Amino acid sequence: MDASIIGRTYPPTPPHEVTQESLVAFAASLGQDYDGGPAPLTFPIVPAFAAMMGFLAAEEIDLARIVHGEQKFSYARPVVAGDQLSVALTVATLRQIGGNDIVGTTSTVTDATGALVCTGTATLVHRGAAAGEA
Amino acid sequence: MSIELEPRSYRVTRADLVAYAAASGDHNPIHQDEDIARSVGLPGVIAHGMFTLALVGRYLGECGVSISDVAELGGKFVKPVVVPDTGAEVFMLGALRHHDEQATISVEVVCDGVKVFGPRGAQARLRG
Repeated sequence: MDASIIGRTYPPTPPHEVTQESLVAFAASLGQDYDGGPAPLTFPIVPAFAAMMGFLAAEEIDLARIVHGEQKFSYARPVVAGDQLSVALTVATLRQIGGNDIVGTTSTVTDATGALVCTGTATLVHRGAAAGEA
Repeated sequence: MSIELEPRSYRVTRADLVAYAAASGDHNPIHQDEDIARSVGLPGVIAHGMFTLALVGRYLGECGVSISDVAELGGKFVKPVVVPDTGAEVFMLGALRHHDEQATISVEVVCDGVKVFGPRGAQARLRG
């Protein structure tokens, strides 16, 4: 990765419909029962992850070489069933440390009306390729 | 001044990580496949950082925090939660602090004697 990606924004993800079933499955994987109401706090990672996959595909980066270094969500409102969430990811920062790329991203999660639901900031560590892999 | 919240412990298994991968869409094989995890220099299968942060969200709820009262939630994944095929135990201890008009909760998360989110823990800021 080089500095030219800093400031780049990738096309927003197609709307992700938040179904009751997906909230039940997400909560269940954490050992929780979803009882309606607001989605688990970290649920916005689902559409945000799709946006990150779009970024990785655009930059031809292998997911297995990515480690999530840091994540923060700032919420405008909780996610609820029926939301149609779309995410636009921007590369905010890039540092190179010890052969690894440290990428800072900002993902804006909006609903069907275009209103802000939350903002996710993430640090992704791209573990450098072994010598000879270029 | 800080108020200590009730400590809790969560058992994490590889089956949980498989269920979380399906529910979250994060199918990174380092969270399921020992060989692939080792091939990229990890000590073994590790939990998704977001799985652990989601567990922090669960812990906050179990401490009586409403989802709609949380303005921010985040953390730095300093050390991986390594999940052997026998599972791992994750301990959480929250501390609530009020300063000025703000309330924050820091959650210390420990697995295998290591602070997963570093010394500051995961951080939640509540709405004023």
